[in-house]
Amino acid sequence: MGDIAITVENVTKTFKIYREKSQSAKERLIRIGRNPHEVFKALDDVSFEVREGETFALLGHNGSGKSTLLKCVAGTLRPSSGRIVARGRLAALLELGAGFHPDLTGRENIYLNGSILGFSASQIDTIFDDIVAFAELEEFIDNQVKHYSSGMYARLGFAVAINVEPEVLLVDEVLAVGDEAFQRKCIERVKRLQADGRTILLVSHAADLVRQLADRAAVLDHGHLVEVAEPGEAIRVLRETLERRGIASPDLEAEPPPPVEPGPVLAAVEGTEWSGPPPETGEALSTSAGKVVEITAVACEYPTASARFLKPNEPLRIRVDYVAPERIPDVAFTLEVRDIGQNIVYATDTEILGQPIVTVNGVGAVCFDLPRIPLLDGQFSVSVIITNRAGGQVFDRSDDGAQFEVVQSEAHRGTVALEPTIVHFFHGTGF
Amino acid sequence: MAETLARPANADLSPALEVSKRPSPLTRLAHLWQYRELVGNLTRKELKVKYKNSILGFAWSLLNPLMYLVVFSVVFGEILDVNIPYYGLFFLSGLLAWNLFSTGLSAGTSSIVANAQLVTKVWFPRESLVIASILAAMVHFLLQSLVLVGALLAFQRMPALEFIPVFVLGLVVLVIFCAALAIALSAINVYLRDTQHLLEVVLLAWFWLSAVAYSYGMVAKQLVARFGERGELVAALNPVLTVVVTFQRTLYNPADPSAAELADPNFIPAIPPHSIGWYVSHLAVTGLVSLVLLYGALALFSRLEDNFAEEI
Repeated sequence: MGDIAITVENVTKTFKIYREKSQSAKERLIRIGRNPHEVFKALDDVSFEVREGETFALLGHNGSGKSTLLKCVAGTLRPSSGRIVARGRLAALLELGAGFHPDLTGRENIYLNGSILGFSASQIDTIFDDIVAFAELEEFIDNQVKHYSSGMYARLGFAVAINVEPEVLLVDEVLAVGDEAFQRKCIERVKRLQADGRTILLVSHAADLVRQLADRAAVLDHGHLVEVAEPGEAIRVLRETLERRGIASPDLEAEPPPPVEPGPVLAAVEGTEWSGPPPETGEALSTSAGKVVEITAVACEYPTASARFLKPNEPLRIRVDYVAPERIPDVAFTLEVRDIGQNIVYATDTEILGQPIVTVNGVGAVCFDLPRIPLLDGQFSVSVIITNRAGGQVFDRSDDGAQFEVVQSEAHRGTVALEPTIVHFFHGTGF
Repeated sequence: MAETLARPANADLSPALEVSKRPSPLTRLAHLWQYRELVGNLTRKELKVKYKNSILGFAWSLLNPLMYLVVFSVVFGEILDVNIPYYGLFFLSGLLAWNLFSTGLSAGTSSIVANAQLVTKVWFPRESLVIASILAAMVHFLLQSLVLVGALLAFQRMPALEFIPVFVLGLVVLVIFCAALAIALSAINVYLRDTQHLLEVVLLAWFWLSAVAYSYGMVAKQLVARFGERGELVAALNPVLTVVVTFQRTLYNPADPSAAELADPNFIPAIPPHSIGWYVSHLAVTGLVSLVLLYGALALFSRLEDNFAEEI
């Protein structure tokens, strides 16, 4: 323990991308000297270390270089520069089961695959039954692999790789194969390898899985290593890099207002640093496009000003700043919280809450104080609509004007933080 | 259950391995030796896959030389009436060497691309795929030898027993030469996919340059007439020809020319009456050149291997 299992040092991998790929000598001759190409850097000066016994995840969008990096560690690709040193026997699960030959039987493929991984037939003999049992293929083991379903194929591939007990296991997006029961079995076995002190390098899109299995994770973006952190933080950084790549909205970049003394009109949840009432300005008030009330800002305020995300069950204030040049009686504020798939997670308005806004006049802010957010993970967007109390007239609305993010540090899965406690009724033997 | 699982023999050592380093040709040979069981399994796979879905199975590999034997015996022995006694036997001796070379080379050349799924998946010495193809060709070679044994029995001929060591040397040289070319071409074939098709064309020409169907004696006579006493060295530039002649000398084992034949100025022996020393020296030089080629081929393979997983 504590030793380094995999060292990645200043690894760069470049590829030549030809505009017209000529894969024959004939074409290459025709096009000699004038085949334009670009040099594409799949990995750019990446360095990190994986400690022995650690489970390390590589995160990144498609084309971020994470699979290239895994191939370099597995030794199937060689970096253009830099060094990779690995300690212990590597078993890669890249493209699961791809090493099988369709015309051979399952049995023959197990031995062939075993010898590719560097094991002798007698070593495979001792684990053969375990492999077959794990893959649940007892009846079909002497059938040609081409008659297998894709699930059977993947199961056999995983069973071989995991049962040879590699000291270092490389996993590429493969825990998502097979039915759910088999997935659970795979994850359970991976956990057993973890408990056994094996090193695992894992590539996965499934944030859930990374959080559940990994000790640390590296985030790659366009071949650059952005961050190495604990999984929750790494997933958040990944989301951030994804946002920067196109779906970022200007509101997100805006700094939340600096904390000020809580104003007397605004109730504050204890222990928070929420902002106070908007400052009074002497300027003449106006709205664009002649609206009677305008939403000037919607902000999600975390309990501390420095926080960049919420933990489950922490409080949140959603603050709506408005401007009303003239006095308007009887308005209602509607709040809608949506998840990333645009499903409404929660919606309400001041009428339903029985707390009508009697009047708006001038500059003000309406805050929805949510004492706890019982969500697990994800990004949520907030829409606010100002209507008259009957709801028939929309004065102004702000869609997706603000977002907040919940990141859990534990390994629960799903959307809602239900937080069960366990009760165990136990009848002793002897009845 | 966990206790019964096998651990690799060297698990406790866990040597730090620089994965990113390009192995030298000698390291590659060492890896091949370490992975010899894999080479065996791949060879078995190659043979199994080839014959799994055929009724005749291994009989197929006998059909090829038999067919050739019939066709060439009719064309050369009967129609063209070349002056080679036991033409069928003569032809078969050379064909044995040629078939080993050509099937080994063409199967070896396409082996990396044909096993793309393996190459992208996990690290192992990739040239073991090429070697396995050549070993599979050697199994065919052994089977095809049965046809020759049958022919020897039918004609009641004896191979030249004193030439057997030279024959073995020739076989070794041929395999090294074939391996060198196949390793280099298999790597090139990943980048230029028509290499294997170009090779088919080249092999056709090469066959006719290797004195399998006609007698080397005629070639030698022409060369000596044109280039003087050392003219035969031109033919020695083709390593396959040297081995083919060695095979013919050993297996076909022509009778010593009679006094009447020697007296005839137009007489051309099917194989020039060279001593064992001539064969040994030619094969030794060819063998050394092949070893140098093999070293170069492995170095080239190491270089081109960098991007196999991406290009394939």
